[in-house]
Amino acid sequence: MSWKRTEYAGWGRALRATAEIARPERLRALHGTMGDALVPAMGMRRSYGDAALVDGGRVIDMTRLDRMIGFDPATGILEVEAGVRIGEIAAAFAPRGWLPAVMPGTGFATVGGCIAQDVHGKNHHHAGSFCQHVVSLRLATPTGENEVTPEGSPDLFRATAGGLGQTGVIVSARMKLARCPGDVMVVTERRIADWDEFLARLDGSRATYTVGWIDATATGAKLGRGILEEGETGSGLVPRRRRAARVPMDAPRIALSSPVVRAFNAAYFRRVPASGRTVVRPIDDFFFPLDRIHDWNRLYGKSGFHQFQCVVPVGAADALRAMLERIARSGLASPLAVLKRMGAGRAGYLSFPMEGYTLAVDMPNTEAARSLIRELIVQARDAGGRIYFAKDSLARAEDITGMYPELDDWRVVVGRQDPQGRLITDLVRRLQLRGTA
Amino acid sequence: MNSTWIILGATSSMARAFARAVAIEGAGILLAGRDMEELSRLASDCQLRGARIATALHFDARDPETFGPLIARACQEEGELNAAVFAGSMPSQTEIDSDPSLIDGVMADNHTGPARVLHMLAPRMESRGCGAIVGVGSVAGDRGRLNNYVYGAAKAAFATYLSGLRNRLARSGVHVVTVKPGFVDTAMTWGLPGMFLVASPEAVAQDILRAVRKRRNVIYTPFFWRWIMLIIRTIPEPIFKKLKI
Repeated sequence: MSWKRTEYAGWGRALRATAEIARPERLRALHGTMGDALVPAMGMRRSYGDAALVDGGRVIDMTRLDRMIGFDPATGILEVEAGVRIGEIAAAFAPRGWLPAVMPGTGFATVGGCIAQDVHGKNHHHAGSFCQHVVSLRLATPTGENEVTPEGSPDLFRATAGGLGQTGVIVSARMKLARCPGDVMVVTERRIADWDEFLARLDGSRATYTVGWIDATATGAKLGRGILEEGETGSGLVPRRRRAARVPMDAPRIALSSPVVRAFNAAYFRRVPASGRTVVRPIDDFFFPLDRIHDWNRLYGKSGFHQFQCVVPVGAADALRAMLERIARSGLASPLAVLKRMGAGRAGYLSFPMEGYTLAVDMPNTEAARSLIRELIVQARDAGGRIYFAKDSLARAEDITGMYPELDDWRVVVGRQDPQGRLITDLVRRLQLRGTA
Repeated sequence: MNSTWIILGATSSMARAFARAVAIEGAGILLAGRDMEELSRLASDCQLRGARIATALHFDARDPETFGPLIARACQEEGELNAAVFAGSMPSQTEIDSDPSLIDGVMADNHTGPARVLHMLAPRMESRGCGAIVGVGSVAGDRGRLNNYVYGAAKAAFATYLSGLRNRLARSGVHVVTVKPGFVDTAMTWGLPGMFLVASPEAVAQDILRAVRKRRNVIYTPFFWRWIMLIIRTIPEPIFKKLKI
């Protein structure tokens, strides 16, 4: 197996690394590549920061290990190799009445990545996190492949779910799909005037899938205005989406400058009539809206961008409002800003979700944005909340103290699985998740 | 109408992408190759993505004994029968230089093995009067070059064979497409120096399917390789023999 030395980045492109990458095409090649050592694995690199980066080291690219292995319609359990993309599962199974129970905001994320970040979707308040639907997974270690289940080896499962790949290489997984009537979505969109109405609507929503787009440039009385989307799966016929467009090159800075974003957001807000509306859409348009534009991260130019995402407990909603107010006043936000209600569901020691509200905002990679995000991270922590490792590229080890109360439990299992620290990634090193050593 | 594809060399990245593309359309797929374990994983994958049937079959280009059972199995499928050849191998020119006996294997993998199978299949397809054959050659077959002329020679032989087969089968409504890929992002090219404009196996698979639908005869994929190879072919031999490209 050959190793290709190359520079690469996460989705935000603000952090980069140079590593030797192997990309096995079949399972046997993976075992040959690993040999008798552990090597960190990565998927489609849709984590924004450095979760997939191993500067100066070696990484296995799992994207070619993407076979669907078996499906049992009696139980709804699908077995896939770790490199299968969520969007492919949705495309293949929704017409037959099944969907992944939890889907992140991009269909390009791999199953292995979804497990390693224990991702959540627009239905977290009902369905919980991704790994709560994983029945078992196979972990490769130098001594061979082991089956890991939540019942059989609860510690190892909880350390692997959201465990940032630190317990071994996730080779395949068996996951329970959820029933759906077909491959269309019935979506109700309504304008939300301000912050208080947003929270009330999110709390009161009874829809299966709920997500809020928030205008993170609106200030004053309009602070927190946005659009609430509530969706239910359905059956029927809608025109398929056109072929995806592609951003051909890095955009100039002006593309996402403050006046442009303000104007865009105002227009985007008015896209939905004041009375609201209900529309029928293809399923991927609702779940993966940005996948229609390939390489959209290039819109932020060569220097890349950051996403700040935190969750705070329900009782700390005012702290989140204060954070949004700072973001809005800074004029640094891009049109991509999302507000969601989260349930308590989580499967691992380091899983992100907690009962509360989560806010995600993209910002271009500038000095002002970096220092604002660093302050927001501290505010989130002081509010009893936490940041999402899949998105972060700026926190320092001391910023996240106390955010993940089960960190010590995780360390024990990880220390057992990888005593020599061969699986450490740039993210794990930056946040000293495995200790200061 | 039921359509079935027999795919030779089915575990290659390009073949896998092609198998998936026809699986999504609901075709039956016979996956032929040497790595049976891998082929059966691929068969499940095609089945779950929508194939009418997907079966793994043993095929070794260097072992003619494996050809007969393949043809017999393919003929069990009713309706339109199609074949796609992705089989091939490319040892480095330096390996061949130190062990010339490798040439036989290169010829068998890239030309004589697949050609024999297609030749056995041809009368069956003629009698059905429909279907398509996709033969994957290489731009390397367009001109012998310092770095891989044995591989290039085998691909050139296969391309010439396909051209004749097309001439024959066109009379009975069977279409033959010759595919000449440039650099494709596979294990073969992973990490090789000097790679540029590398195409994904999925893009190549879509190009091939489009060529089958439009009944194109010879395609380069990505398309611009037609122009690159035109230039390379027109360089006069006195100059070409001094070049290292």
